[in-house]
Amino acid sequence: MSFLLPPYPVIFGQIAMFLVVLLGLVHAAAGMVWVERKEAARMQQRVGPTRVGPFGLLQPFADVLKLMFKENLKPGAADTLLFYLAPLVCATTAFAAFSVVPIGPATTLLGLLDEPMKLQVADVNVAVLVVFAIASMGVYGIVLAGWASNSKYSLLGGLRSSAQMISYELSYGMSLVGVLILANSMSLTEIVDAQGASLLGIPHARWYIFLQPLGFLIFLTAGIAETNRAPFDFPEAEQELVAGYHTEYSSMTFALFFLAEYINMVTVSAVATDLFLGGWYFPFVPPSWGIGWLIFLAKVGALLFFYVWIRWTLPRYRYDQLMTFGWKILLPASVINLIATAAGVLYFGL
Amino acid sequence: MQGWLSIFIMLIVGLAFGGIMVGLGVLLGPSKPSPEKSAPYECGMPAVGDARERQSVKFYLVAMIFLLFDIEVAFLYPWAMALRDLGWPGFVQVVLFMGLLLTGYIYVWRKGALDWGADK
Repeated sequence: MSFLLPPYPVIFGQIAMFLVVLLGLVHAAAGMVWVERKEAARMQQRVGPTRVGPFGLLQPFADVLKLMFKENLKPGAADTLLFYLAPLVCATTAFAAFSVVPIGPATTLLGLLDEPMKLQVADVNVAVLVVFAIASMGVYGIVLAGWASNSKYSLLGGLRSSAQMISYELSYGMSLVGVLILANSMSLTEIVDAQGASLLGIPHARWYIFLQPLGFLIFLTAGIAETNRAPFDFPEAEQELVAGYHTEYSSMTFALFFLAEYINMVTVSAVATDLFLGGWYFPFVPPSWGIGWLIFLAKVGALLFFYVWIRWTLPRYRYDQLMTFGWKILLPASVINLIATAAGVLYFGL
Repeated sequence: MQGWLSIFIMLIVGLAFGGIMVGLGVLLGPSKPSPEKSAPYECGMPAVGDARERQSVKFYLVAMIFLLFDIEVAFLYPWAMALRDLGWPGFVQVVLFMGLLLTGYIYVWRKGALDWGADK
């Protein structure tokens, strides 16, 4: 490729990454819908979708097509602009938050490129901050949806959701400061690379989950609450609030909320993999094999499977239990974890 | 710089994707409005009153407490990056800062701002 002017491969690579991330996220969300239904069915001794495509794999696409041909309803008293803006805010923030998440080590695509290419849309040195800054903007979409619908269930769902998300945001943000201290970096790529270690030439796991078990537990719990998933799925507690903030949504606007929720799950899992589970490193697999991105995807997939598993295993909390748990248990625990980590790093000189 | 531009482009791409999907839905779906369809959903009963009624003050309280503590978290990120340079003096300072916030936390807890159950 050296006969081309230098910037071209970079620009093509960048455009390719945009497409990979955009289409990857859309298909990951579709895949998650399928996994969710299949896994739920198996846990309830059913078989789940089987008709559309092999193993019902095309079911989510059929659902989207069906939704596309449905009437788009809007309550008469709703605020039209905000009503349509809300799902767009949710979907946009969900896509943009993933742009700084690395999905594998820098690669030359089997020698196709001169310079190694980073497998992420944007490499910024404060990636951790960017993920959380953009992802937490998603709460605006939910609040707007609840308020703009002018429906009681929507408003209640939106309010509950915003209170829940900001309550868990604290422990969510604080639980990963321990990892930042250990890695001494805010770049996700550098944090992952800090977890790759080898002994006598054999790679082994120096993942931060072993140094930060409490941090990982808090991060995952708060992450589940942040994405409004069971057992913290109050915004859409169907027995209480019909469908919460998206009660009044139909057709593609409804689909966008679903898309955003599943993409957010993927983002939380990917960030958890990068921060705590060693990203693309795995014991006994040297980086020279070039299958780092596969390892990364496998770890994210395992976390997503766990997400669905949790949903069909645990009953939903009560709302006061949720707030008590977030403020009185998770928040002090994350502060203690942080101070203990800082003291440990200074004392042992890590 | 290139990184930030990419994030911005990703925002635009996400917005465009969402806009196209909603546009397709509006374009392809039928549109037969009726008074029943434009009424807010209240489980089949005729809707009573406006939805934007007064809500529990707890929601506002939680938002304000969140702001205080979230700024604390925002202070912790740069501190975490500089911990090795600051050493033990920096550690003690943050513990003192946390101690101050702990006082406020205990106050909020004792006032019952974190209790969402039935009134005692």
